[in-house]
Amino acid sequence: MPTFLINGVSTTVPEGTTILEAAGQIGIEIPHYCYHPKLSIAGNCRMCLVEVEKFPKLQISCNTVVTEGMVVRTDTEKVRKAVTGVLELMLLHHPIDCPICDQAGECGLQNYYMKFGLHKSRYALEDKVHKKKVQDIGGQIVLDAERCILCSRCVRFLREVTGTCEMEFFSRGDHSEISIFPGRPLRNDYTGNLADICPVGALTNKDFRFKCRVWFLKSADSICPGCSNGCNIHADFKGDILYRFRPRRNDAVNQTWLCDFGRLEYKKANEDRLLTPVIREGGQSVAADWDAALFATSLKFREAVEAGGPESVAVIASPQSSNEELFLVRKLAKEVLRTPNYGFSSRTPGRPASDDFLIKADKNPNSKGAMLFGFTEEGFDRTVRAISERKIRALLVFGNVLADFAEGEIGPLLSNVPFIAHVGTNNGALSRAAHAVLPSASFAERGGTFTNFAGRVQRFRPGFPPRGKARNDIGIVAGMANLLGAGWTLAGEASVFQALSASEAPFSGMSYESLGDPGQVAGGPK
Amino acid sequence: METVLTTHFADEQYRRVDRYLELGGYEALRKALSTPKEQIVEEVKKANLRGRGGAGFPAGVKWGFLPKDLSRPRVLVVNADEGEPGTFKDRQIMAKAPHLLLEGIAIASYAMTIHVSYIYIRGEFVREAKILEDAIAEAYAKGFLGKNLLGSGFDLDVTVHRGAGAYICGEETSLLNSLEGKRGWPRIKPPFPASVGAFGLPTIVNNVETIADVPWIVANGGEKFASLGVEKNGGTRLIGVSGPVNRPGVYELSAGVLLREVIYTHAGGLKDGKALKAVIPGGSSTPVLRPDEIDVTFDIESMGKIGTMPGSGGVIVIAEGTCMVRALSVLMKFYAHESCGQCTPCREGTGWLAKVVGRIENGQGREGDLELVLDVCDNMMGRTICPLADAAVMPAQSFIWKFREEFDRHIRDQKCPFGNRF
Repeated sequence: MPTFLINGVSTTVPEGTTILEAAGQIGIEIPHYCYHPKLSIAGNCRMCLVEVEKFPKLQISCNTVVTEGMVVRTDTEKVRKAVTGVLELMLLHHPIDCPICDQAGECGLQNYYMKFGLHKSRYALEDKVHKKKVQDIGGQIVLDAERCILCSRCVRFLREVTGTCEMEFFSRGDHSEISIFPGRPLRNDYTGNLADICPVGALTNKDFRFKCRVWFLKSADSICPGCSNGCNIHADFKGDILYRFRPRRNDAVNQTWLCDFGRLEYKKANEDRLLTPVIREGGQSVAADWDAALFATSLKFREAVEAGGPESVAVIASPQSSNEELFLVRKLAKEVLRTPNYGFSSRTPGRPASDDFLIKADKNPNSKGAMLFGFTEEGFDRTVRAISERKIRALLVFGNVLADFAEGEIGPLLSNVPFIAHVGTNNGALSRAAHAVLPSASFAERGGTFTNFAGRVQRFRPGFPPRGKARNDIGIVAGMANLLGAGWTLAGEASVFQALSASEAPFSGMSYESLGDPGQVAGGPK
Repeated sequence: METVLTTHFADEQYRRVDRYLELGGYEALRKALSTPKEQIVEEVKKANLRGRGGAGFPAGVKWGFLPKDLSRPRVLVVNADEGEPGTFKDRQIMAKAPHLLLEGIAIASYAMTIHVSYIYIRGEFVREAKILEDAIAEAYAKGFLGKNLLGSGFDLDVTVHRGAGAYICGEETSLLNSLEGKRGWPRIKPPFPASVGAFGLPTIVNNVETIADVPWIVANGGEKFASLGVEKNGGTRLIGVSGPVNRPGVYELSAGVLLREVIYTHAGGLKDGKALKAVIPGGSSTPVLRPDEIDVTFDIESMGKIGTMPGSGGVIVIAEGTCMVRALSVLMKFYAHESCGQCTPCREGTGWLAKVVGRIENGQGREGDLELVLDVCDNMMGRTICPLADAAVMPAQSFIWKFREEFDRHIRDQKCPFGNRF
């Protein structure tokens, strides 16, 4: 644990820490482009130069390990001139097309220019080297070679993280540029990360290009709902529309990466949403208010239980629901409806993509949570069997899992059920077949926790209130339960989590505070 | 004067193993194989043999950087990329005395317990590569290379690897990347090649001339070698003289020789009795000297005192009538073309310098251009992974500092007073 002085501040850091990392830990900003915490050290941008006592030359702080008694300064005139000098060189051939560049607002060149540059250009406009702009290089990425500062992050990412090596440097000197090999576009499932790690506007995401200026976006710390890996994300939105997902660092889950499938998951919260409760009777669909819809639904369940006993109702939970919601759904099924017919399914039709990195075959964020709350695939199969035997009079279905089957094997079965209530976010076969459609808030519109495939419980936070008349599942379930005489008093997901951690062994001792940013493993060491 | 390398250069047959053996070749290897390894390294240290590639690092000390632990194989790489403009000495060794180099490789490898050696040769040296290949075949046939060298139980393989024409691949870590089949980009240090070099193995990279000196050192002793030179600069060194002199060529001289003697005695002075205008003493990247600065000996320390260096021994003589702006412009174009593009200051800076110096020469210089060049130089010097940026900056600064009036005149008159030609 060497102790060293940086700008006069004495700091002790773990063995092997570089000056750049150490400075970051105590809030001293050292500008850099090529350094990335999850990639090898390239040391070629030369922005992170600092003065180290006893070294005649300025040193790159990204590759200089702190040693005992080292004296470092980042705030001298010599350093400042060097950094400004490098920045000037970096901008020499840059097209300065910020007004039409998607990176504007989150651009390393803009930010550092405002902090360390502010110089007038000394370079003749006609001397600028021009390179090819707007190149579709495959995956989600468009390359603008003129904006590139040749930091090599993209090349290293493809070499070290995906191992696919699609990009390289071509030519030399100030004609150097990055590109793919002719006719060999990006071919991996993580291309979107290239736009994230590109510190400038050279690599931008096709999906996000020209959609929204980044300064209009707000961001919620969330969890990707696209599979059971539980990658941490920033869900970026404007108003009640999501624009993009960006990975949020969690070294225990996704480091700083996100797959290309997950990256487009945000669209589901924007498109084809269920926004109003609907009651269907005698072939007529009627938009209803929540009181009426919940009342009608509860009534059907009460009548079913009265007519055929608790065995004649069933609840299918969703692995897209949060732990908090699943906890209440199970209470509703077991304690209020007292039915043995409850279960869930994480099955996805077809052959879902998966790999040995982030992409999991289970395309649900909370299958593990559903299992921890006692929902099983057997329960799901049992319920389906009961439906086929015409034993179910009222069915409550959460989420879209069953919908994937609605047009297949299970589809014809649905006509066997006299009353189906569907709690879901998006239009689909199930919402079309249901007798009561109860529109639910998307992952971006509500908070809670998911338990990923490895049992890690992680929080996701709401970005904005539910769209239309959609409502938080907690409110929907509690509303139904209370109409069925449960008498629950609940105030939001935090209090539900408190209740479940008190009663559910795998979650015992957990709180939103203890989960923090990295989350905690259910049933694991405290 | 006693010579170490060039003694038999005039003998056309010296490149054949039979003639080389007749003249006492491979005796040093025989001697080395029965000498304790540490003692060989010790002799090289005593010899004050400084790296001949340009940086002048003591060879024996460099060898000592290899890890003591022998669990990983080590590699010797001979840098035969000789790309520094004005330098053409290693080429002579390979063309005229290839076995001297191979014998040096065998001895050095034995001393450092190295079983694999590469000669990374500049791609343009097609003829020299062929001569080396032939010599290697002869050496294998005679048992000087390959398995069980001269019955010693020591194995050594030597491979010639031809470069593809990049100046930067003469820089040792760039050379290693190129050798591995990668883009010729210098590596950041640490780690240094002695711990992580070719193919991730501990590696020593030595210049051709450095290694070719080794057999003589083993045969005659390190102290004898040291005594051929001056303090801290042991032995002789090959000095290549180019430019308008009467006898351009490679001369083997003591580092104690005066630069003036190199030009006027050995190279026969300037052609047609022209006056000397400037000298670049050690290859194109070393700071230029004025005619009043040439009474300096050819050792690293003396040259250092007047702000330059003997570098790779490439003396470029510049005669009166030559435009210094034009000369610098040519150099700047070279460095801009050869910058590998990795580090920002060099990638962008070399191109910028070439453009500004180029426009001054072309009569389009602007007021403040010289200050601009010097400021850009400041922002490049010492700011990059490898010394290529420095190599471009040193001539730029020294040309402007020492021939300022000529640059000013170009800008003032908006034309080249020499008619824009050599």
